[in-house]
Amino acid sequence: MSALYRQRRRRNSVAAFLMIGATALGLGWLALILGALVWNGIGALSLAAVTQNTPPPGSIGGLLNPIVGSLLLTAVAVLVGTPLGILAGTWMAEYGRYARLTPVIRFVNDILLSAPSIVIGLFVYEILVAPIGHFSGLAGAAALALIVVPVVVRTTEDMLRMVPNELRESAASVGMPRSVLITRLVYRAATAGLVTGVLLAIARISGETAPLLFTALNNQFFSLDMNQPIASLPVVIFQFALSPYKEWQQLAWAGALLITLAVLALSIVARTLAAVRKTA
Amino acid sequence: MNEIALALPAHPADLAHAMRAGKNLEGPQATLRSVVPEKISVRNLSFFYGENQALHDVSVPLYERQVTAFIGPSGCGKSTLLRVLNRIYDLYPNQRAEGEVLLDGENILAPAQDAILLRARVGMVFQKPTPFPLSIYENVAFGVRLHQRLPRSELEGRVESALRRAALWNEVKDKLNAGGQSLSGGQQQRLCIARTIAVQPEVILLDEPCSALDPISTAKIEELVSELKDDYTIVLVTHNMQQAARVSDRTAFMYLGTLIEFDRTARIFTSPRDRRTQDYITGRFG
Repeated sequence: MSALYRQRRRRNSVAAFLMIGATALGLGWLALILGALVWNGIGALSLAAVTQNTPPPGSIGGLLNPIVGSLLLTAVAVLVGTPLGILAGTWMAEYGRYARLTPVIRFVNDILLSAPSIVIGLFVYEILVAPIGHFSGLAGAAALALIVVPVVVRTTEDMLRMVPNELRESAASVGMPRSVLITRLVYRAATAGLVTGVLLAIARISGETAPLLFTALNNQFFSLDMNQPIASLPVVIFQFALSPYKEWQQLAWAGALLITLAVLALSIVARTLAAVRKTA
Repeated sequence: MNEIALALPAHPADLAHAMRAGKNLEGPQATLRSVVPEKISVRNLSFFYGENQALHDVSVPLYERQVTAFIGPSGCGKSTLLRVLNRIYDLYPNQRAEGEVLLDGENILAPAQDAILLRARVGMVFQKPTPFPLSIYENVAFGVRLHQRLPRSELEGRVESALRRAALWNEVKDKLNAGGQSLSGGQQQRLCIARTIAVQPEVILLDEPCSALDPISTAKIEELVSELKDDYTIVLVTHNMQQAARVSDRTAFMYLGTLIEFDRTARIFTSPRDRRTQDYITGRFG
Protein backbone atom coordinates (compact mmCIF):
# COMPACT_ATOMS: atom_id res chain seq x y z
CA MET A 1 0.00 0.00 0.00
CA SER A 2 2.65 2.50 0.98
CA ALA A 3 4.88 1.31 -1.89
CA LEU A 4 1.98 2.02 -4.21
CA TYR A 5 1.55 5.41 -2.64
CA ARG A 6 5.27 6.25 -2.95
CA GLN A 7 5.23 5.27 -6.58
CA ARG A 8 2.23 7.48 -7.17
CA ARG A 9 3.99 10.42 -5.57
CA ARG A 10 7.10 9.85 -7.68
CA ARG A 11 5.00 9.84 -10.81
CA ASN A 12 3.25 12.96 -9.67
CA SER A 13 6.56 14.82 -9.18
CA VAL A 14 7.82 13.75 -12.60
CA ALA A 15 4.57 14.80 -14.28
CA ALA A 16 4.48 18.11 -12.41
CA PHE A 17 8.11 18.80 -13.37
CA LEU A 18 7.36 18.13 -17.05
CA MET A 19 4.29 20.35 -16.98
CA ILE A 20 6.09 23.23 -15.32
CA GLY A 21 8.95 22.81 -17.76
CA ALA A 22 6.61 22.90 -20.76
CA THR A 23 4.88 26.00 -19.43
CA ALA A 24 8.19 27.74 -18.77
CA LEU A 25 9.43 26.89 -22.25
CA GLY A 26 6.31 28.34 -23.88
CA LEU A 27 6.17 31.44 -21.74
CA GLY A 28 9.93 31.93 -22.00
CA TRP A 29 9.87 32.54 -25.72
CA LEU A 30 6.90 34.81 -25.36
CA ALA A 31 8.75 36.81 -22.72
CA LEU A 32 11.81 37.07 -24.98
CA ILE A 33 9.70 38.31 -27.88
CA LEU A 34 7.87 40.86 -25.77
CA GLY A 35 11.11 41.90 -24.10
CA ALA A 36 12.86 42.52 -27.41
CA LEU A 37 9.81 44.37 -28.67
CA VAL A 38 9.61 46.69 -25.68
CA TRP A 39 13.40 47.12 -25.54
CA ASN A 40 13.63 48.19 -29.17
CA GLY A 41 10.23 49.78 -29.50
CA ILE A 42 10.19 52.09 -26.48
CA GLY A 43 13.21 53.98 -27.76
CA ALA A 44 11.58 54.46 -31.14
CA LEU A 45 8.25 55.64 -29.76
CA SER A 46 7.93 59.39 -29.78
CA LEU A 47 5.35 62.06 -30.47
CA ALA A 48 6.70 62.28 -34.01
CA ALA A 49 6.10 58.55 -34.47
CA VAL A 50 2.35 59.05 -34.19
CA THR A 51 1.98 62.54 -35.68
CA GLN A 52 4.15 62.43 -38.82
CA ASN A 53 3.78 60.49 -42.01
CA THR A 54 6.14 57.79 -43.18
CA PRO A 55 9.40 59.38 -44.28
CA PRO A 56 11.46 58.76 -47.38
CA PRO A 57 14.54 56.68 -46.70
CA GLY A 58 17.13 58.46 -44.65
CA SER A 59 14.94 61.10 -43.07
CA ILE A 60 12.91 61.43 -39.89
CA GLY A 61 9.17 60.68 -39.86
CA GLY A 62 6.38 58.78 -38.19
CA LEU A 63 3.59 56.27 -38.70
CA LEU A 64 0.55 58.53 -38.90
CA ASN A 65 -0.64 57.36 -42.31
CA PRO A 66 -0.36 53.61 -41.56
CA ILE A 67 -2.01 54.10 -38.15
CA VAL A 68 -4.96 55.92 -39.72
CA GLY A 69 -5.01 53.41 -42.58
CA SER A 70 -5.10 50.47 -40.16
CA LEU A 71 -7.90 52.08 -38.15
CA LEU A 72 -9.94 52.68 -41.31
CA LEU A 73 -9.38 49.18 -42.68
CA THR A 74 -10.22 47.59 -39.34
CA ALA A 75 -13.29 49.75 -38.82
CA VAL A 76 -14.76 48.98 -42.23
CA ALA A 77 -13.93 45.27 -41.92
CA VAL A 78 -15.58 45.07 -38.49
CA LEU A 79 -18.61 47.10 -39.54
CA VAL A 80 -19.18 44.78 -42.48
CA GLY A 81 -18.15 41.52 -40.86
CA THR A 82 -19.84 41.83 -37.46
CA PRO A 83 -23.48 42.03 -38.58
CA LEU A 84 -22.94 39.19 -41.04
CA GLY A 85 -21.27 37.07 -38.40
CA ILE A 86 -23.85 37.79 -35.71
CA LEU A 87 -26.78 37.11 -38.01
CA ALA A 88 -25.26 33.83 -39.21
CA GLY A 89 -24.30 32.77 -35.68
CA THR A 90 -27.79 33.65 -34.44
CA TRP A 91 -29.40 31.54 -37.11
CA MET A 92 -27.15 28.61 -36.25
CA ALA A 93 -27.74 28.84 -32.49
CA GLU A 94 -31.45 29.71 -32.53
CA TYR A 95 -33.47 28.98 -35.64
CA GLY A 96 -31.19 26.37 -37.16
CA ARG A 97 -30.07 24.73 -33.95
CA TYR A 98 -31.43 21.35 -34.94
CA ALA A 99 -31.16 21.79 -38.70
CA ARG A 100 -29.01 19.37 -40.63
CA LEU A 101 -27.43 22.30 -42.41
CA THR A 102 -26.00 23.76 -39.21
CA PRO A 103 -23.17 21.27 -38.63
CA VAL A 104 -22.22 21.67 -42.28
CA ILE A 105 -22.07 25.45 -41.96
CA ARG A 106 -20.08 25.11 -38.76
CA PHE A 107 -17.60 22.81 -40.46
CA VAL A 108 -17.14 25.14 -43.44
CA ASN A 109 -16.90 28.11 -41.11
CA ASP A 110 -14.15 26.39 -39.15
CA ILE A 111 -12.24 25.84 -42.36
CA LEU A 112 -12.60 29.52 -43.17
CA LEU A 113 -11.52 30.31 -39.64
CA SER A 114 -8.23 28.53 -40.10
CA ALA A 115 -7.69 29.38 -43.76
CA PRO A 116 -4.25 30.87 -44.37
CA SER A 117 -4.82 34.60 -44.58
CA ILE A 118 -2.66 34.88 -47.68
CA VAL A 119 -5.18 32.72 -49.49
CA ILE A 120 -7.91 35.14 -48.49
CA GLY A 121 -5.74 37.98 -49.79
CA LEU A 122 -5.27 36.24 -53.13
CA PHE A 123 -8.99 35.46 -53.32
CA VAL A 124 -9.94 39.11 -52.84
CA TYR A 125 -7.23 40.08 -55.33
CA GLU A 126 -8.88 37.84 -57.90
CA ILE A 127 -12.43 39.06 -57.36
CA LEU A 128 -11.91 42.73 -56.48
CA VAL A 129 -8.45 44.02 -57.33
CA ALA A 130 -7.85 42.39 -60.69
CA PRO A 131 -11.27 43.19 -62.22
CA ILE A 132 -11.23 46.79 -60.96
CA GLY A 133 -7.67 47.22 -62.04
CA HIS A 134 -6.07 48.77 -58.96
CA PHE A 135 -5.35 48.10 -55.31
CA SER A 136 -7.66 49.78 -52.82
CA GLY A 137 -8.47 50.18 -49.16
CA LEU A 138 -11.89 48.69 -49.81
CA ALA A 139 -10.36 45.50 -51.15
CA GLY A 140 -8.17 45.39 -48.04
CA ALA A 141 -11.18 45.86 -45.79
CA ALA A 142 -13.03 43.13 -47.70
CA ALA A 143 -10.15 40.72 -47.12
CA LEU A 144 -10.10 41.57 -43.40
CA ALA A 145 -13.90 41.24 -43.22
CA LEU A 146 -13.56 37.72 -44.59
CA ILE A 147 -11.37 36.99 -41.58
CA VAL A 148 -13.75 38.70 -39.16
CA VAL A 149 -16.87 36.82 -40.28
CA PRO A 150 -15.89 33.27 -39.26
CA VAL A 151 -14.52 34.46 -35.91
CA VAL A 152 -17.77 36.29 -35.10
CA VAL A 153 -19.94 33.43 -36.40
CA ARG A 154 -18.16 30.99 -34.15
CA THR A 155 -18.18 33.09 -31.01
CA THR A 156 -21.78 34.18 -31.57
CA GLU A 157 -22.98 30.62 -31.95
CA ASP A 158 -20.96 29.45 -28.94
CA MET A 159 -22.12 32.31 -26.73
CA LEU A 160 -25.79 31.96 -27.68
CA ARG A 161 -25.64 28.24 -27.09
CA MET A 162 -24.36 28.94 -23.60
CA VAL A 163 -27.57 30.82 -22.83
CA PRO A 164 -29.56 28.16 -20.98
CA ASN A 165 -32.58 26.64 -22.68
CA GLU A 166 -34.57 27.33 -19.51
CA LEU A 167 -34.49 31.01 -20.45
CA ARG A 168 -35.96 30.22 -23.87
CA GLU A 169 -38.60 27.98 -22.34
CA SER A 170 -39.62 30.44 -19.67
CA ALA A 171 -39.80 33.24 -22.22
CA ALA A 172 -41.93 31.06 -24.48
CA SER A 173 -44.16 30.20 -21.55
CA VAL A 174 -45.25 33.81 -21.09
CA GLY A 175 -46.10 33.84 -24.78
CA MET A 176 -43.00 35.61 -26.04
CA PRO A 177 -42.33 35.27 -29.76
CA ARG A 178 -38.93 33.95 -30.69
CA SER A 179 -37.75 37.16 -32.34
CA VAL A 180 -38.44 39.15 -29.18
CA LEU A 181 -36.79 36.48 -27.08
CA ILE A 182 -33.62 36.62 -29.17
CA THR A 183 -33.28 40.37 -29.52
CA ARG A 184 -34.37 41.36 -26.03
CA LEU A 185 -33.28 38.50 -23.79
CA VAL A 186 -30.78 36.16 -25.41
CA TYR A 187 -28.58 38.94 -26.80
CA ARG A 188 -28.73 40.67 -23.47
CA ALA A 189 -27.71 37.55 -21.60
CA ALA A 190 -24.85 37.03 -24.05
CA THR A 191 -23.77 40.65 -24.60
CA ALA A 192 -20.37 40.33 -22.98
CA GLY A 193 -19.62 37.17 -24.94
CA LEU A 194 -20.68 38.74 -28.22
CA VAL A 195 -18.56 41.83 -27.60
CA THR A 196 -15.65 39.60 -26.66
CA GLY A 197 -15.99 37.82 -29.99
CA VAL A 198 -15.84 41.09 -31.91
CA LEU A 199 -12.85 42.26 -29.89
CA LEU A 200 -11.07 38.99 -30.58
CA ALA A 201 -11.78 39.43 -34.27
CA ILE A 202 -10.30 42.94 -34.15
CA ALA A 203 -7.23 41.61 -32.37
CA ARG A 204 -6.94 38.94 -34.99
CA ILE A 205 -7.06 41.26 -38.01
CA SER A 206 -5.03 44.11 -36.58
CA GLY A 207 -1.82 42.17 -37.12
CA GLU A 208 -2.68 40.65 -40.49
CA THR A 209 -0.19 41.49 -43.23
CA ALA A 210 -0.62 38.88 -45.92
CA PRO A 211 -4.22 39.68 -46.97
CA LEU A 212 -3.33 43.37 -47.25
CA LEU A 213 -0.28 42.88 -49.47
CA PHE A 214 -2.50 41.87 -52.39
CA THR A 215 -5.40 44.21 -51.67
CA ALA A 216 -4.77 47.51 -49.89
CA LEU A 217 -1.08 47.36 -50.82
CA ASN A 218 0.58 50.39 -49.25
CA ASN A 219 0.78 54.14 -49.61
CA GLN A 220 3.63 56.30 -48.47
CA PHE A 221 1.40 59.36 -48.31
CA PHE A 222 -1.45 60.22 -46.02
CA SER A 223 -4.74 59.11 -47.55
CA LEU A 224 -8.31 58.61 -46.44
CA ASP A 225 -9.49 57.46 -49.84
CA MET A 226 -10.65 53.88 -49.47
CA ASN A 227 -10.78 53.54 -53.24
CA GLN A 228 -7.02 54.00 -53.45
CA PRO A 229 -4.14 52.00 -52.02
CA ILE A 230 -3.80 52.76 -48.34
CA ALA A 231 -1.04 52.23 -45.80
CA SER A 232 -1.45 49.93 -42.83
CA LEU A 233 0.76 49.19 -39.84
CA PRO A 234 1.51 45.53 -40.55
CA VAL A 235 2.48 46.17 -44.18
CA VAL A 236 4.62 49.18 -43.24
CA ILE A 237 6.31 47.15 -40.51
CA PHE A 238 6.96 44.41 -43.03
CA GLN A 239 8.42 46.89 -45.53
CA PHE A 240 10.42 48.95 -43.05
CA ALA A 241 11.80 46.03 -41.05
CA LEU A 242 13.28 44.48 -44.18
CA SER A 243 14.75 47.76 -45.39
CA PRO A 244 18.41 48.64 -44.89
CA TYR A 245 17.57 52.09 -43.46
CA LYS A 246 18.07 52.67 -39.75
CA GLU A 247 15.17 55.14 -39.38
CA TRP A 248 12.74 52.80 -41.10
CA GLN A 249 13.82 49.90 -38.91
CA GLN A 250 13.25 52.03 -35.80
CA LEU A 251 9.77 52.93 -37.00
CA ALA A 252 9.04 49.25 -37.65
CA TRP A 253 9.83 48.52 -33.99
CA ALA A 254 7.63 51.39 -32.88
CA GLY A 255 4.79 50.14 -35.08
CA ALA A 256 5.13 46.59 -33.78
CA LEU A 257 4.99 47.83 -30.21
CA LEU A 258 1.92 49.96 -30.98
CA ILE A 259 0.02 47.01 -32.47
CA THR A 260 0.99 44.79 -29.56
CA LEU A 261 -0.16 47.36 -27.01
CA ALA A 262 -3.43 47.88 -28.86
CA VAL A 263 -4.12 44.13 -29.00
CA LEU A 264 -3.12 43.81 -25.34
CA ALA A 265 -5.58 46.55 -24.41
CA LEU A 266 -8.33 44.85 -26.42
CA SER A 267 -7.61 41.49 -24.78
CA ILE A 268 -7.80 43.03 -21.34
CA VAL A 269 -11.14 44.64 -22.19
CA ALA A 270 -12.40 41.34 -23.61
CA ARG A 271 -11.31 39.40 -20.55
CA THR A 272 -12.78 41.94 -18.17
CA LEU A 273 -16.08 41.72 -20.01
CA ALA A 274 -15.95 37.95 -19.88
CA ALA A 275 -15.36 38.11 -16.13
CA VAL A 276 -18.24 40.55 -15.66
CA ARG A 277 -20.39 38.15 -17.60
CA LYS A 278 -19.57 35.27 -15.27
CA THR A 279 -20.38 37.20 -12.12
CA ALA A 280 -23.50 38.88 -13.50
CA MET B 1 -47.14 -6.97 9.57
CA ASN B 2 -46.42 -6.23 5.95
CA GLU B 3 -50.05 -5.71 5.19
CA ILE B 4 -50.42 -3.12 7.90
CA ALA B 5 -47.35 -1.20 6.78
CA LEU B 6 -48.68 -1.12 3.27
CA ALA B 7 -51.95 0.39 4.22
CA LEU B 8 -50.41 3.29 6.13
CA PRO B 9 -48.57 6.23 4.63
CA ALA B 10 -44.82 6.21 5.25
CA HIS B 11 -44.85 9.04 7.77
CA PRO B 12 -47.26 10.01 10.50
CA ALA B 13 -47.27 13.53 9.07
CA ASP B 14 -48.62 12.18 5.81
CA LEU B 15 -51.38 10.44 7.60
CA ALA B 16 -52.32 13.62 9.43
CA HIS B 17 -52.39 15.59 6.21
CA ALA B 18 -54.30 12.96 4.42
CA MET B 19 -56.84 12.73 7.19
CA ARG B 20 -57.26 16.47 7.37
CA ALA B 21 -57.73 16.63 3.64
CA GLY B 22 -60.05 13.68 3.87
CA LYS B 23 -62.26 15.40 6.35
CA ASN B 24 -62.71 18.32 3.99
CA LEU B 25 -63.79 15.96 1.30
CA GLU B 26 -66.65 14.68 3.37
CA GLY B 27 -67.99 18.21 3.49
CA PRO B 28 -68.44 20.77 0.75
CA GLN B 29 -65.98 19.33 -1.71
CA ALA B 30 -67.79 16.06 -2.09
CA THR B 31 -70.83 17.92 -3.32
CA LEU B 32 -68.70 20.24 -5.44
CA ARG B 33 -67.34 17.32 -7.38
CA SER B 34 -70.25 17.11 -9.74
CA VAL B 35 -70.32 20.85 -10.48
CA VAL B 36 -66.62 21.54 -10.90
CA PRO B 37 -66.06 21.82 -14.65
CA GLU B 38 -63.08 20.38 -16.44
CA LYS B 39 -60.77 23.20 -17.46
CA ILE B 40 -58.53 20.87 -19.36
CA SER B 41 -59.36 17.38 -20.56
CA VAL B 42 -56.46 15.23 -21.61
CA ARG B 43 -57.73 12.48 -23.88
CA ASN B 44 -55.78 9.50 -25.13
CA LEU B 45 -52.55 11.45 -25.08
CA SER B 46 -49.38 9.78 -26.31
CA PHE B 47 -46.07 11.56 -26.53
CA PHE B 48 -42.89 10.77 -28.40
CA TYR B 49 -39.31 11.93 -28.08
CA GLY B 50 -38.20 10.82 -31.51
CA GLU B 51 -38.76 7.08 -31.51
CA ASN B 52 -39.15 6.95 -27.75
CA GLN B 53 -42.68 6.89 -26.47
CA ALA B 54 -42.87 8.73 -23.15
CA LEU B 55 -46.64 8.81 -22.65
CA HIS B 56 -49.04 5.99 -23.42
CA ASP B 57 -52.68 6.84 -23.98
CA VAL B 58 -53.10 9.12 -20.97
CA SER B 59 -56.54 10.50 -20.21
CA VAL B 60 -57.10 12.74 -17.23
CA PRO B 61 -59.39 15.65 -16.32
CA LEU B 62 -57.97 18.83 -14.80
CA TYR B 63 -60.70 20.61 -12.84
CA GLU B 64 -61.17 24.34 -12.86
CA ARG B 65 -59.78 26.21 -9.85
CA GLN B 66 -58.34 23.13 -8.31
CA VAL B 67 -54.82 21.97 -7.77
CA THR B 68 -54.06 18.73 -9.54
CA ALA B 69 -50.79 17.10 -8.56
CA PHE B 70 -48.89 14.60 -10.67
CA ILE B 71 -46.66 12.27 -8.74
CA GLY B 72 -44.55 9.32 -9.76
CA PRO B 73 -40.96 8.18 -9.97
CA SER B 74 -38.41 9.98 -12.17
CA GLY B 75 -38.99 9.39 -15.85
CA CYS B 76 -42.64 8.41 -15.43
CA GLY B 77 -43.76 11.13 -17.84
CA LYS B 78 -45.29 13.62 -15.43
CA SER B 79 -43.16 16.54 -16.62
CA THR B 80 -43.69 15.46 -20.21
CA LEU B 81 -47.43 15.65 -19.71
CA LEU B 82 -47.09 19.14 -18.25
CA ARG B 83 -45.00 20.25 -21.21
CA VAL B 84 -47.79 19.23 -23.55
CA LEU B 85 -50.34 21.42 -21.81
CA ASN B 86 -48.77 24.67 -23.05
CA ARG B 87 -47.08 23.07 -26.04
CA ILE B 88 -43.65 24.12 -24.84
CA TYR B 89 -42.37 20.93 -26.46
CA ASP B 90 -43.00 22.71 -29.76
CA LEU B 91 -39.63 24.39 -29.28
CA TYR B 92 -37.91 21.13 -30.07
CA PRO B 93 -38.07 19.11 -33.24
CA ASN B 94 -38.63 15.36 -33.00
CA GLN B 95 -41.06 15.77 -30.14
CA ARG B 96 -44.67 15.14 -30.96
CA ALA B 97 -47.95 14.52 -29.22
CA GLU B 98 -50.90 12.41 -30.34
CA GLY B 99 -54.38 12.51 -28.92
CA GLU B 100 -56.35 15.47 -27.67
CA VAL B 101 -55.92 18.09 -25.02
CA LEU B 102 -59.07 20.16 -24.68
CA LEU B 103 -58.79 23.56 -23.06
CA ASP B 104 -62.32 24.84 -22.52
CA GLY B 105 -63.38 22.28 -25.07
CA GLU B 106 -60.93 23.28 -27.79
CA ASN B 107 -58.14 20.98 -28.85
CA ILE B 108 -54.87 22.80 -28.24
CA LEU B 109 -52.93 20.18 -30.15
CA ALA B 110 -54.73 21.16 -33.35
CA PRO B 111 -52.32 22.69 -35.87
CA ALA B 112 -54.53 25.79 -36.06
CA GLN B 113 -53.90 26.56 -32.38
CA ASP B 114 -51.47 29.50 -32.04
CA ALA B 115 -48.87 28.38 -29.52
CA ILE B 116 -48.07 31.91 -28.37
CA LEU B 117 -51.70 32.75 -27.61
CA LEU B 118 -52.04 29.41 -25.88
CA ARG B 119 -49.09 30.14 -23.61
CA ALA B 120 -50.59 33.44 -22.61
CA ARG B 121 -53.53 31.41 -21.28
CA VAL B 122 -51.50 28.55 -19.86
CA GLY B 123 -48.51 29.87 -17.92
CA MET B 124 -45.64 27.77 -16.66
CA VAL B 125 -43.13 27.90 -13.82
CA PHE B 126 -40.07 25.70 -14.07
CA GLN B 127 -38.00 23.63 -11.71
CA LYS B 128 -35.04 25.98 -11.87
CA PRO B 129 -35.89 29.62 -11.21
CA THR B 130 -35.17 31.43 -14.47
CA PRO B 131 -35.60 35.18 -14.12
CA PHE B 132 -34.99 37.09 -17.33
CA PRO B 133 -31.73 39.05 -17.45
CA LEU B 134 -33.76 42.20 -16.71
CA SER B 135 -34.73 44.23 -13.67
CA ILE B 136 -37.27 42.86 -11.21
CA TYR B 137 -39.90 45.27 -12.55
CA GLU B 138 -39.17 44.40 -16.17
CA ASN B 139 -39.27 40.68 -15.42
CA VAL B 140 -42.94 41.07 -14.60
CA ALA B 141 -43.82 43.91 -17.00
CA PHE B 142 -42.21 42.35 -20.06
CA GLY B 143 -44.71 39.54 -20.41
CA VAL B 144 -47.65 41.90 -19.92
CA ARG B 145 -46.45 44.23 -22.68
CA LEU B 146 -46.29 41.32 -25.10
CA HIS B 147 -50.02 40.90 -24.96
CA GLN B 148 -51.47 44.26 -24.02
CA ARG B 149 -50.73 47.94 -24.47
CA LEU B 150 -51.36 49.44 -21.07
CA PRO B 151 -50.80 53.00 -19.89
CA ARG B 152 -47.78 53.22 -17.65
CA SER B 153 -49.71 53.64 -14.43
CA GLU B 154 -51.88 50.66 -15.17
CA LEU B 155 -48.85 48.57 -16.02
CA GLU B 156 -47.22 49.56 -12.75
CA GLY B 157 -50.37 48.54 -10.93
CA ARG B 158 -50.38 45.20 -12.71
CA VAL B 159 -46.76 44.57 -11.76
CA GLU B 160 -47.40 45.49 -8.15
CA SER B 161 -50.45 43.27 -7.82
CA ALA B 162 -48.64 40.35 -9.45
CA LEU B 163 -45.73 40.77 -7.05
CA ARG B 164 -48.16 41.03 -4.14
CA ARG B 165 -49.97 37.89 -5.19
CA ALA B 166 -46.65 36.10 -5.41
CA ALA B 167 -45.89 37.25 -1.85
CA LEU B 168 -42.79 39.04 -3.05
CA TRP B 169 -43.82 42.71 -3.07
CA ASN B 170 -42.65 43.57 0.44
CA GLU B 171 -39.23 42.13 -0.23
CA VAL B 172 -38.62 43.90 -3.55
CA LYS B 173 -40.71 47.09 -3.54
CA ASP B 174 -37.66 49.23 -2.76
CA LYS B 175 -35.44 47.68 -5.41
CA LEU B 176 -37.63 47.14 -8.43
CA ASN B 177 -34.78 48.25 -10.68
CA ALA B 178 -32.32 45.73 -9.28
CA GLY B 179 -31.58 42.73 -11.49
CA GLY B 180 -33.93 39.79 -11.16
CA GLN B 181 -30.93 37.52 -10.88
CA SER B 182 -29.75 39.31 -7.73
CA LEU B 183 -32.58 37.74 -5.72
CA SER B 184 -32.27 34.55 -3.70
CA GLY B 185 -33.44 31.26 -5.21
CA GLY B 186 -36.77 31.29 -3.39
CA GLN B 187 -37.39 34.92 -4.31
CA GLN B 188 -36.46 34.22 -7.93
CA GLN B 189 -39.03 31.44 -8.03
CA ARG B 190 -41.71 33.74 -6.63
CA LEU B 191 -40.64 36.33 -9.22
CA CYS B 192 -41.21 33.70 -11.89
CA ILE B 193 -44.66 33.05 -10.44
CA ALA B 194 -45.38 36.80 -10.43
CA ARG B 195 -44.24 36.99 -14.04
CA THR B 196 -46.65 34.20 -14.90
CA ILE B 197 -49.59 35.68 -12.99
CA ALA B 198 -49.08 39.14 -14.52
CA VAL B 199 -49.98 37.82 -17.96
CA GLN B 200 -53.33 36.78 -16.41
CA PRO B 201 -53.36 33.17 -17.54
CA GLU B 202 -56.20 30.79 -16.79
CA VAL B 203 -54.03 27.80 -16.01
CA ILE B 204 -50.68 27.71 -14.20
CA LEU B 205 -48.35 24.77 -14.71
CA LEU B 206 -45.79 24.21 -11.98
CA ASP B 207 -42.98 21.81 -12.83
CA GLU B 208 -41.37 20.76 -9.55
CA PRO B 209 -41.28 24.40 -8.50
CA CYS B 210 -39.71 23.73 -5.11
CA SER B 211 -37.13 21.10 -5.85
CA ALA B 212 -34.32 23.68 -5.95
CA LEU B 213 -35.52 25.55 -2.88
CA ASP B 214 -34.93 25.43 0.86
CA PRO B 215 -37.75 24.35 3.21
CA ILE B 216 -38.82 27.90 4.15
CA SER B 217 -39.07 29.01 0.53
CA THR B 218 -40.89 25.77 -0.22
CA ALA B 219 -43.44 26.48 2.48
CA LYS B 220 -44.00 29.96 1.03
CA ILE B 221 -44.56 28.62 -2.46
CA GLU B 222 -46.94 25.96 -1.19
CA GLU B 223 -48.94 28.55 0.71
CA LEU B 224 -49.02 30.62 -2.45
CA VAL B 225 -50.31 27.71 -4.50
CA SER B 226 -53.17 27.22 -2.06
CA GLU B 227 -54.11 30.89 -2.43
CA LEU B 228 -53.76 31.00 -6.18
CA LYS B 229 -56.20 28.19 -6.77
CA ASP B 230 -59.04 30.58 -5.96
CA ASP B 231 -58.41 32.16 -9.34
CA TYR B 232 -56.44 29.70 -11.38
CA THR B 233 -56.47 26.10 -12.41
CA ILE B 234 -53.16 24.74 -11.18
CA VAL B 235 -51.28 21.69 -12.33
CA LEU B 236 -48.38 20.69 -10.14
CA VAL B 237 -45.70 18.16 -10.92
CA THR B 238 -43.79 17.10 -7.86
CA HIS B 239 -41.60 14.27 -6.70
CA ASN B 240 -42.44 15.23 -3.16
CA MET B 241 -45.47 13.22 -2.06
CA GLN B 242 -46.01 15.22 1.11
CA GLN B 243 -46.20 18.32 -1.05
CA ALA B 244 -48.82 16.73 -3.25
CA ALA B 245 -50.76 15.69 -0.15
CA ARG B 246 -50.50 19.18 1.36
CA VAL B 247 -51.52 21.37 -1.55
CA SER B 248 -53.50 19.40 -4.10
CA ASP B 249 -57.18 18.57 -4.45
CA ARG B 250 -56.64 15.79 -6.95
CA THR B 251 -53.65 13.59 -7.43
CA ALA B 252 -52.61 11.56 -10.41
CA PHE B 253 -50.07 8.80 -10.07
CA MET B 254 -48.04 8.03 -13.15
CA TYR B 255 -45.71 5.18 -13.81
CA LEU B 256 -43.71 4.31 -16.92
CA GLY B 257 -45.60 6.78 -19.09
CA THR B 258 -49.06 5.64 -18.14
CA LEU B 259 -51.60 7.08 -15.75
CA ILE B 260 -52.09 4.48 -13.05
CA GLU B 261 -54.57 6.21 -10.83
CA PHE B 262 -56.35 9.54 -10.56
CA ASP B 263 -58.53 10.51 -7.67
CA ARG B 264 -59.16 12.94 -4.88
CA THR B 265 -55.84 13.49 -3.12
CA ALA B 266 -57.12 12.19 0.18
CA ARG B 267 -58.19 8.99 -1.42
CA ILE B 268 -54.94 8.44 -3.28
CA PHE B 269 -52.99 8.80 -0.07
CA THR B 270 -55.27 6.81 2.19
CA SER B 271 -56.86 4.09 0.13
CA PRO B 272 -55.37 3.85 -3.34
CA ARG B 273 -56.94 1.24 -5.54
CA ASP B 274 -53.87 0.22 -7.44
CA ARG B 275 -51.13 -1.82 -5.88
CA ARG B 276 -48.45 0.26 -7.66
CA THR B 277 -49.83 3.51 -6.24
CA GLN B 278 -49.79 2.00 -2.83
CA ASP B 279 -46.23 0.78 -3.22
CA TYR B 280 -45.11 4.19 -4.40
CA ILE B 281 -46.74 6.27 -1.70
CA THR B 282 -45.45 3.93 0.97
CA GLY B 283 -41.92 4.31 -0.34
CA ARG B 284 -41.49 0.83 -1.76
CA PHE B 285 -40.02 2.19 -4.97
CA GLY B 286 -39.37 5.47 -6.73
